[in-house]
Amino acid sequence: MSTTYQESPSRVLMKGNEAFAESAIRGGCRYYFGYPITPQNEIPEYMSRELPKNGGHFIQAESEISAINMAYGAGAAGGRVFISSSSPGIALMQEGMSFACCAEVPMVILTVCRCGPGIGGIQPGQADYFQATRGGGNGDYKIPVFAPSSIQEGSDLVFEAMELADKWRNPIIIFTDGLLGQMMEPVTLPEHIDVASSKDIRKSKAWALTGYGADDSSRNTITSLRLQPEVLEKHVHHLFDKYTEIEKTLTRAETIGIEDCDVVLVAYGIVARITKEAIEMLARDGIKAGLIRPISLWPFPHSVFDKISNKAKAVISTELSMGQMIEDVRLAVANRLPVRLLSRTGGMIPTSLEIAERTKKILATM
Amino acid sequence: MNYEDFDGHEINFCGKLARKTIVTGHYGSGKTEFSVSLAAMLAKSRSVSLIDLDIVNPYFRSRERRRLLEDMGISVYGSVYTNEITAELPALGASARTPLEDENTYVIIDLGGNDAGAMPINQFSKYFSARGTNGARDTMTLMIVNANRPDTHTSAKVLEHIDSIEQATGLTVSALVNNTHMLHETTVNDIEKGHALCLDVCEKTGKWLLCDCYPAGVVDPRKLRKLGAVPKPGETARPLNDLTQKNVITSGLMPMGMYMSPSWRSI
Repeated sequence: MSTTYQESPSRVLMKGNEAFAESAIRGGCRYYFGYPITPQNEIPEYMSRELPKNGGHFIQAESEISAINMAYGAGAAGGRVFISSSSPGIALMQEGMSFACCAEVPMVILTVCRCGPGIGGIQPGQADYFQATRGGGNGDYKIPVFAPSSIQEGSDLVFEAMELADKWRNPIIIFTDGLLGQMMEPVTLPEHIDVASSKDIRKSKAWALTGYGADDSSRNTITSLRLQPEVLEKHVHHLFDKYTEIEKTLTRAETIGIEDCDVVLVAYGIVARITKEAIEMLARDGIKAGLIRPISLWPFPHSVFDKISNKAKAVISTELSMGQMIEDVRLAVANRLPVRLLSRTGGMIPTSLEIAERTKKILATM
Repeated sequence: MNYEDFDGHEINFCGKLARKTIVTGHYGSGKTEFSVSLAAMLAKSRSVSLIDLDIVNPYFRSRERRRLLEDMGISVYGSVYTNEITAELPALGASARTPLEDENTYVIIDLGGNDAGAMPINQFSKYFSARGTNGARDTMTLMIVNANRPDTHTSAKVLEHIDSIEQATGLTVSALVNNTHMLHETTVNDIEKGHALCLDVCEKTGKWLLCDCYPAGVVDPRKLRKLGAVPKPGETARPLNDLTQKNVITSGLMPMGMYMSPSWRSI
């Protein structure tokens, strides 16, 4: 048999969590700080085993609060940082995210969303849409949030986010759910990038805290504290000028058939996969359903909604929550069309048939 | 997957399997899918029990398919919190011992991944011996191998895994199962690649290859005949080789039902 198995495989079968961790390393992550929480535990496990082999450092923190603050420190020193957690753990990290935004410290944060509120459960959910896009940290800040719907897309986004976080000097959130984290799919992993050594960090990150220098000439300061109101106002305006640029360049969505349809389903992440199948089912019954899949949750792809067909009767926000994305959908639709919710929660996942049937019921009331 | 439709290429496990089959392997190698597919196949002609000892993985465990399995006449044993699939408590019910003591049922034991996941089997070690009191094959430990998983894509890595699982459990892996796939993207080439990998491990260890798995409905089993002992239409399955003989290749084909896949297909 001519097939050889020794070659390093280019396409492999991986669990979402494993692929996201590996892509972070390939994207230059050399620092990971974490605290265990289901359903993302494969990530700290993977990092503890694989990061040291790649010249990186893994620390199991004593809590998520410690983890984000370790990330804040390592990012301020110019390191490429990737951290991960799940819903209640992300809640604990939000103060740190506000600090990192104010101090302009880059890091990539992956959330593998489970269902809540409270301890909730460990099955998949999307009820942390507000948590990711609005944030629970204090003050005026924004974090770009990307929501992949496949392990391949998640792997590519984690890899790209490592670069984007440095480029924009801002945290980036990758929003996944327990299903994407735990399921397996074929994935083509990105190539490893070269990572600056500690000595060379100043060449690419002139702002990084790398020491005083012999004569104190290379001292940098990174802080989220600005006591003088006029200084703080100026800084917040600087941050928002940056966020405006981010809105121009990082807004992303996939659309299917929205220019000519009877109804538009809006779904992101894993739900968009199920919704695509529901759309095929509806087509077999003679109902033209279009899809808007926001890939960036913030910035939300508002302008895409302007392309929705005039003959569409409704826009349906399909989500694993009691209706969170629907607020952005309503803003985007701007009263042009009725907006309805199709949701499951508590860790329940709708089947494609259920989405198709409930869509028909909603259309019948229009 | 309807096994009644299978046109005679099905592996003949009769006599090859021990009463107790322990299924081990790397995380995500397909232990649960294999266990469920094997149980479904055996349940057509005999009493089968499935013990789910995977207490490390919160998702995709065989007891999540309890109702489907029970409809096929398979008894399922597992966590004391069987119906609380999200409880994630590493606890096993005492009833898990029932099928181990009942000599009239075949038992398939689905372990958790890696050495850590395999460890819960230790509390049942008194039930496992290579030969039972009557000399019949009593316990067989299988290692599921997917050559497309990055941690088991070379013989060295597979050997490392066999070693760590054997050390953690005190069991000896007697046979490998080639379960090399890419889910809905699986090709004949994937299965051939895994077959070659498993044969290499068999040559190095004296273990044998029980069967090659293929995802039913994705790969045409007729294209896998060159792997070896697949009977041609009209022939009966190749009889059991002598298991005491080293390096015996008794390859057959095992259809996998993808029972654990999500209800929606890959888009």
